[in-house]
Amino acid sequence: MALNESALWTVSVSPHVKSGESVEKIMWTVVACLIPPLILSIFIFGIQTLIITLISVGSCVATEAISQKLLHRPVTVRDGSAVITGLLLAYIIPPGVPYWLPVLGSIMAIYVAKHLLGGIGFNIFNPALIGRAFLLATFPVAMTSAWLPPIRDASIFKYMGPGVDAVSTATPLYILKHYGIGAVMEKFGSMSTIYADFFVGWRPGCIGETSTLLLLVGGIFLLYKGYISWHIPISTIVTIAFLTWIFGGEKLFTGNPLLAVLSGGVILGAFFMATDYVTSPSQKTGQLIFGAGVGALTVLIRLKGGYPEGVCYAILLMNGVSPALDAWFKPKRFAPEKGAIK
Amino acid sequence: MNQTLLTFPKGGVHPPESKELTEHLPVEPLPLPEEVEILLHQHFGAPCKSLVKKKDEIMEGDLLGEVEAGLGASIHASVSGKVKNVGTSAHPISVSAPSVTIQTDPVAKPREYSPGDWKALSKDEILGRIKSAGIVGIGGAGFPTHVKLAPPPEAKVDTLILNGAECEPYLTCDHRLMLEHPEQVVEGAKIILSVLGIDECHIGIEANKADAIEAMAKAARDASSNGTRIRVDALKVKYPQGSEKQLIQSITGRRVPGFGLPFDVGVIVQNVGTARAIYEAVVLNKPLYEKVITVSGRGIQRPANLLVRIGTRLSDIVSYLGGTKPDLAKVVMGGPMMGFAIPTLDVPVTKTTSGVLFLTEDEIDTKPHSNCIRCGWCLEACPMGLAPNEIGIYVEAGRAEDTAQFGVFECFECGCCAFVCPAKRPLVQFIRLAKMKAKK
Ligand code: SF4
Ligand code: SF4
Repeated sequence: MALNESALWTVSVSPHVKSGESVEKIMWTVVACLIPPLILSIFIFGIQTLIITLISVGSCVATEAISQKLLHRPVTVRDGSAVITGLLLAYIIPPGVPYWLPVLGSIMAIYVAKHLLGGIGFNIFNPALIGRAFLLATFPVAMTSAWLPPIRDASIFKYMGPGVDAVSTATPLYILKHYGIGAVMEKFGSMSTIYADFFVGWRPGCIGETSTLLLLVGGIFLLYKGYISWHIPISTIVTIAFLTWIFGGEKLFTGNPLLAVLSGGVILGAFFMATDYVTSPSQKTGQLIFGAGVGALTVLIRLKGGYPEGVCYAILLMNGVSPALDAWFKPKRFAPEKGAIK
Repeated sequence: MNQTLLTFPKGGVHPPESKELTEHLPVEPLPLPEEVEILLHQHFGAPCKSLVKKKDEIMEGDLLGEVEAGLGASIHASVSGKVKNVGTSAHPISVSAPSVTIQTDPVAKPREYSPGDWKALSKDEILGRIKSAGIVGIGGAGFPTHVKLAPPPEAKVDTLILNGAECEPYLTCDHRLMLEHPEQVVEGAKIILSVLGIDECHIGIEANKADAIEAMAKAARDASSNGTRIRVDALKVKYPQGSEKQLIQSITGRRVPGFGLPFDVGVIVQNVGTARAIYEAVVLNKPLYEKVITVSGRGIQRPANLLVRIGTRLSDIVSYLGGTKPDLAKVVMGGPMMGFAIPTLDVPVTKTTSGVLFLTEDEIDTKPHSNCIRCGWCLEACPMGLAPNEIGIYVEAGRAEDTAQFGVFECFECGCCAFVCPAKRPLVQFIRLAKMKAKK
């Protein structure tokens, strides 16, 4: 009787039930966690942050679709990963850049860094960070000077139109690196004001990196969902705080770890970029070392390198080490050695 | 009874249990089907040679086939009637197998079995009864029980574990068995203990079966004496809690070495259903020709726990239970994590069938798979500490033969990795391919 019905049933290898998780669900949840900082950034730096972000996301998605067509691969823009790359790329560029800049960055990120390297799963380096590194190398002036002072009165159209260059400012890390903590306080107020403002997001910086508060909320939600584990973010942040405390001041053990974590892209990088599955180790021990490496390189670049901020380069450098970390730190086998493969 | 829930430390997953469909339903005997089709190669070991021929009149419990050489177990007629055919039929695992089809005699009286005193029997007599009753491990691959109960003398076995974990979702046959016949299961355990000459038995049951734990604990208390200690250990609900190696680790803390067997760490594990079958074989002198199975899933009209004769075709079970539902999407023999999907209902129940699941589209996941995104979830989920992601990538890249380094031969195909994989990668399928090609 059943033979004619048989074509209706699926026959596949076990297991026959699967968890409800999927790549799409993970990616779109990350997107949702990244939206609140974007909304706040409109009030901090003006409406053009939204425009830059939309351009970045749009060109990432378009580049992904076109790349996959050109390379004869299935088009997977619905999985949300290109949207994340677009968001992250916008979040790590200054708010006063010209609108064409993210377009170039997106093409670099998606076509070159992702698809020419084999597509999702095979890209060794975080595409958004490659995009940013490319922009920094080719348009250094735009990428290092287009900082805007935070808006205090919700006049979100303040920086639209001509004359924006005239108001550009410097980031706290730049001032700290070149003029010291005194100059930072002169510009941003007492330490308690600085901590409060920086924590919520009112400081010069890249579009999506300034609000420690909202990024933490998103990051903790991802931890709660189990989409990321604590190993990379915590080891990154702790290493940055610890090494800054030791080496970041005039004398040893006088650095300000809190300021180090609240400025630059530490929280965004630790929770949303260093945790990228593809470009970080999959095994927990490897993840701890990866995070510590990101932290140590960040502090090294900040204190000794040519740039005031180092999170992005630190993550990129560690991305390169990630395959080796996965090869060194394999999961611990259940079975004791005895009959191991000879 | 042990209060803290025991479990294994590494890996494991929590699939939806779906046991509520059948866990409260008492076992009901399936009316005898018009004919049964008994496979002569049901389990681990060599196929049996048929001892009957077409048109023979036989009685339920009569010997149908015996192994000629090597490992294997005898097979018995599950109904009385006339041999209709000795031929080949669809086998649920291998494509086809020799079989005997018996036309049931509807008026034949059921065979009566009366209990005897097994304590008077010698060890070899007990093993002989287990062998001639055709008992195999009915929870797993069907390893012949008389062989498993005679470990080599250098193995210092000190502990028997009865596996009542029943960690596969949907399945409730062991649960019902422990609830309805706890004394028989425990009696079976005592027989095994006496054969092995040891006195320590743990019965591991997942904590989601509180009533069975209670019933078994009472039976175990009643049966324990100065000499024998039989106790129930409540286990944490976590798949694959009932896998031999994980169960042994949970209860004794011992880890079975790679490519080793439980007796390497002094343990013998038997399924509770097998213990009950041993009771019937030794105390009642009844061969194994019927068993309790769970028929469940949201694609069958009336889920049930059934006592069925070996050789009953699934189509007969389905019509007894009111047929399938229109949105049926997959039929699985066994549990949803390790069972196998079948394309036809023209398949008979064997000694190792634990259940038949009729799953709807909502219960299964047929999304296409994509590239590995290296999330590492499979590494976390794998109870054996393997790297299923790497095995999958290697197989896709055509390098299956290089996968032994990731432990492919230690994989017991529990399916945890594929269950959690967000990219829906068919990791167990990749692993099976790798096992065929990789060099040990
Ligand atoms: S199927 Fe194999 S590799 Fe996958 S989780 Fe189970 S033991 Fe590990
Ligand atoms: S769970 Fe799937 S996607 Fe994640 S690492 Fe394993 S195979 Fe890759």
